[in-house]
Amino acid sequence: MRLEPIANPSALRRFGLPALALIATVIAASLLALIAGANPFATLGLILEGAAGSRFALLETLNRATPLIFTGLAVAVAFRAKLWNIGAEAQLYAGAIVTVVFGVTSWGVAWLQLPVVAAIAVAAGALVLLGPVILKTRFGVDEVVTTLLLNFVMLLFVSYLVEGPMKDPAGMGWPKSVPVAKDLRLPRLIEGLRLHWGFGLALIAAVLVWLIETRTVLGYRMRAVGQNPQAARFAGIPVNRVLVQTALISGGLAALAGFSEVAGLKGHLSRDLSPGFGYTGIIVAMLALLNPLGVILSALFVAGVFVGADSMSRAAGVPTYIADILLALSLLFMVLAISLTHRRVVWR
Amino acid sequence: MSALWEILLAASFWAAAIRIASPLIFATMGELICERAGVLNLGIEGIMVMGAFTGWFAVYLGLPLWLGVAVAFGSGMAFGLLHGILTVPFGLSQHVVGLGITLLATATASFTYRLALPEVTSPPRIEPFQPWPIPGLSQIPFFGEALFSQTPLTYAAFVTAALVAWVLMRTPLGLAIRATGENPAAAAAQGLSVTGLRLGAVVVGSGLMAVGGAFLTLSAFSSFFFDMVNGRGWICIALVVFGAWRPGKAVLGALLFAAFDALQVRLQQTPLGAVLPYQLFLALPYLLSILALVLMSRRAEVPQALMSPYNKGER
Amino acid sequence: MSPTEVLRLDRISKRFGALLANDDLSLALRAGEVVALLGENGAGKTTLMNVLFGQYVADGGTITAFGQPLPPGNPRAALAAGIGMVHQHFTLADHLTVLENILLGTRSLWSPSLDLGAARVRVVQLADQFGLAVDPGARVGSLSVGERQRVEILKALYRDARILILDEPTAVLTPQEADALFATLRKMVADGLSIIFISHKLHEVMAIADRCLVLRHGKMVGDVATAATSPDALAAMMVGGEVHRPKVAAGVAGPALMRLEAVTTPDREGAPGLKAASLSLHAGQITGIAGVSGNGQAALSDILSGLAAPASGRLMLGEAPAPARWTPAGALSAGVGRIPEDRHKTGTIADFTLTENAVLETHARAPFSRKGWMDWRAAADHASAIIAKYDVRCPGPEARIRLLSGGNMQKLILGRVLEAAPGVILANQPVRGLDIGAIAYVHGQLLAARDRGAAVLLISEDLDEVMQLSDVIHVMSEGRLTPPLPRGAATMAELGLWMAGEGFDHAA
Repeated sequence: MRLEPIANPSALRRFGLPALALIATVIAASLLALIAGANPFATLGLILEGAAGSRFALLETLNRATPLIFTGLAVAVAFRAKLWNIGAEAQLYAGAIVTVVFGVTSWGVAWLQLPVVAAIAVAAGALVLLGPVILKTRFGVDEVVTTLLLNFVMLLFVSYLVEGPMKDPAGMGWPKSVPVAKDLRLPRLIEGLRLHWGFGLALIAAVLVWLIETRTVLGYRMRAVGQNPQAARFAGIPVNRVLVQTALISGGLAALAGFSEVAGLKGHLSRDLSPGFGYTGIIVAMLALLNPLGVILSALFVAGVFVGADSMSRAAGVPTYIADILLALSLLFMVLAISLTHRRVVWR
Repeated sequence: MSALWEILLAASFWAAAIRIASPLIFATMGELICERAGVLNLGIEGIMVMGAFTGWFAVYLGLPLWLGVAVAFGSGMAFGLLHGILTVPFGLSQHVVGLGITLLATATASFTYRLALPEVTSPPRIEPFQPWPIPGLSQIPFFGEALFSQTPLTYAAFVTAALVAWVLMRTPLGLAIRATGENPAAAAAQGLSVTGLRLGAVVVGSGLMAVGGAFLTLSAFSSFFFDMVNGRGWICIALVVFGAWRPGKAVLGALLFAAFDALQVRLQQTPLGAVLPYQLFLALPYLLSILALVLMSRRAEVPQALMSPYNKGER
Repeated sequence: MSPTEVLRLDRISKRFGALLANDDLSLALRAGEVVALLGENGAGKTTLMNVLFGQYVADGGTITAFGQPLPPGNPRAALAAGIGMVHQHFTLADHLTVLENILLGTRSLWSPSLDLGAARVRVVQLADQFGLAVDPGARVGSLSVGERQRVEILKALYRDARILILDEPTAVLTPQEADALFATLRKMVADGLSIIFISHKLHEVMAIADRCLVLRHGKMVGDVATAATSPDALAAMMVGGEVHRPKVAAGVAGPALMRLEAVTTPDREGAPGLKAASLSLHAGQITGIAGVSGNGQAALSDILSGLAAPASGRLMLGEAPAPARWTPAGALSAGVGRIPEDRHKTGTIADFTLTENAVLETHARAPFSRKGWMDWRAAADHASAIIAKYDVRCPGPEARIRLLSGGNMQKLILGRVLEAAPGVILANQPVRGLDIGAIAYVHGQLLAARDRGAAVLLISEDLDEVMQLSDVIHVMSEGRLTPPLPRGAATMAELGLWMAGEGFDHAA
């Protein structure tokens, strides 16, 4: 078999294939439920109900979506420039660490401390990604492996901090950090609803990233570098500088996920602050086809699947890992579907 | 300093290094085969988890150990086939598909484990491979203990590496695989099927990655834990670069790396371990891998068609 | 089928999208015969041979080799039937040795050994027999272009090919190397092999072929014995009417806008750098660089584009030296317009729209952006203006450029370059792969730019093109440049000697 490009894919192809990918994911979910000995329809219904069936469920999904929007944006921005940042997990923790470091003591001016700490968090995340990017531009070291390996290093560093210098003496032996000051807790987005300002910040970030990508010189250059670095370089675009700028934005966005989780939700640093938000960000970004506004939707979808599967698991006994399988599958189905909108398979 | 010498001169240290290197050798050979054919396989981490689980689970269900290894190999091949189909004939991004396979394989292993053992709190144990001293050779002082008193799966790792080296560098099949990774058009012009060769390489390579994972449960630890692979797959990718895509050098890299890993464990027991946090020792392998990448990045000859899909008849 | 007939292609058709590349083509080949397949770029020669060799599947028609039908789309079957092909772009793996490249695919994949020793003996013997000297143990990446071609031919001979297809084999050779190739081909024919020789160079065809087949727009328009025809008649068949090469009036030389003074750059990836190359580009003149590809043209082009700076020697812009940090952006702001060699890889971004490609070099300036914000309306207007003025045939400025034909892509690049009103224009292989209409258009635009006072540097491997357009010619060989030769000062044969590297020692 081989693939032939399609110049102008039909609307059916452009919308039908992604829909098919979604349907395939649902079918896979049903099969997994059957394997687990549960009723597929009931299982799907429970997931849906757990994700959006009540005000509580919906708020839970929105809260879970918040860090995923940030990491999804971080990945989307980087992948757009073909910078393979798989280290959003490390950058998230970098943001979380400095949030605690600069947030333990109140400065007495909350309106100032919050944005300043957020800015420091952004800088910390950017710095963490800067290393691998400089290794890439200077020495030609593939950033996939370096960013991946740094995730493990960062997690060990966090482990050292919460067991050592940052350990909460009142934590009853649990390895977690001292809590941040009251001033550094993000306020509720809407009074009376359990949803913090991190979500609002994530939406703003998505719009900003969208503006950067579509309206600015930098965004244009990021796309040019991602699509064809050779042509970009020939046209006078400083490829390495664009990659560094992309890395700063990407790392900063991932760090905001850490900031928002600490300041908005947890209030302290621990080793399980992120259940793989950095890695899940890859799924979020790919499902959104790297579109920053699409990231909001796909993050909601991904968060819904996680939250829904959690609550379904308690009721139906299907392991929660069904969510991870479904999301990985939806990622693979979606890349395949998108690729086939522009190309058709020809047998011989 | 004398503590360091004490460690380095102990046969048990070198025995441990070789034990630690074994799963890395399996998986590194697997990745090397894939990359020589032109396919970066980032599914390695997940496929190792899969192999660790399926190998262990098969034995837990009552199969003999060697069949457990075979089951792991088969499960790796299955995920390799999925990776191969998506990246070779369909030509999808090897980065995205590889990460997707890692997520999928990891999740599938966790799902199946929880499904099969919903109640257990402490992971059940199996009877793993026992050391199998080679008659005669194991009697040699120092070397006998260091090299020839390992488990059969360790010997198998080295035999596998030799086999991979021989096939790749000395046989028509190996030449075809290497040509496919260097210039697929050249292989196609000589009547070879680029799709077939790449698919085959990814499937077999992924099988070896899974055996690397199975080593952890069947030879090293005897139980399955969710986080047990712990980045070893990514380290193997670094080892392939460090080994300049050559099997022999990659094995040396794995041994060197394993020696450092064994060393850091032992250094934790020394006075140094009392001063420095244990996490620093644990981070060493990862930092070392990054350093290896930096040192080797400019020197190696990367397969020229690595990561570029081949579509017959494109113009 | 006559007794000596070895190959028959019957009514082959092949379509790529809207383009009918091969339209009902038939041909027959006899043992010991050299058949030339003639035609302009895009006439369908290469497509037909790729169908024959099984790399494309024809939409219709059959192939018979040595009396047996050849299954479509199967290079393995073509090889087994004794057909060998030397592609225009070599299909060799650079990191492997000559021997490994030759052996690739010749043995069963499951056989336990490569048996390198016996293979080496056979390769050396074949090389001796046909005059194809090359070291079997050398890595292909370290070989010259001529040597690589010999490896390609050896690959076919090693497999006992009885029919050899050569696709534009002399495009990469000096005239003298081409003569050596012809000697090899004659030995092969004497040995009973049959050869299909694809070319668009008439004098070569007259020298080597027994019979000429002429293709035009995918159709077979002529099948004549070489002895019974003339270059003029063949040329008329190729282009469909009388050829007329317009006489180009000489340019009026102005001051030097750019000068290279003994510039040297390092070699890289097997391609030579510049070796103390000196060159003056004058306003109102086209300066042509003649030479076989891979002799330093890339290095020269990199200097003008700003991709590389001289390692030693000086680059002068007018009377002032170029800035020490010489970059593509610097070259652009110094008024250098660049038409790159590879419009797909370097000149455009395939998935960008025409608008996005039109401002690739100027996006950071007003009116296309202000304070870091793009003005897409201004960019689209600019693209529309180029589309109208340079006759770019396309669905519109928001179409992806990958949908355009090579000629229209080149027109967009030409418009992008010329609209910036550059003082110096680098035109690197500006008409490679274009059809006749597009070639004439590009040439006309370059001449018009010259007449407006631009200094044009034309790099081309087509000696006819260089001789037709240039006011001054330099010949390039192994990174060295000859002194300037004014229009008409050297014959093609003399240029050929320079191209082969003769005479540089006393000149340099």
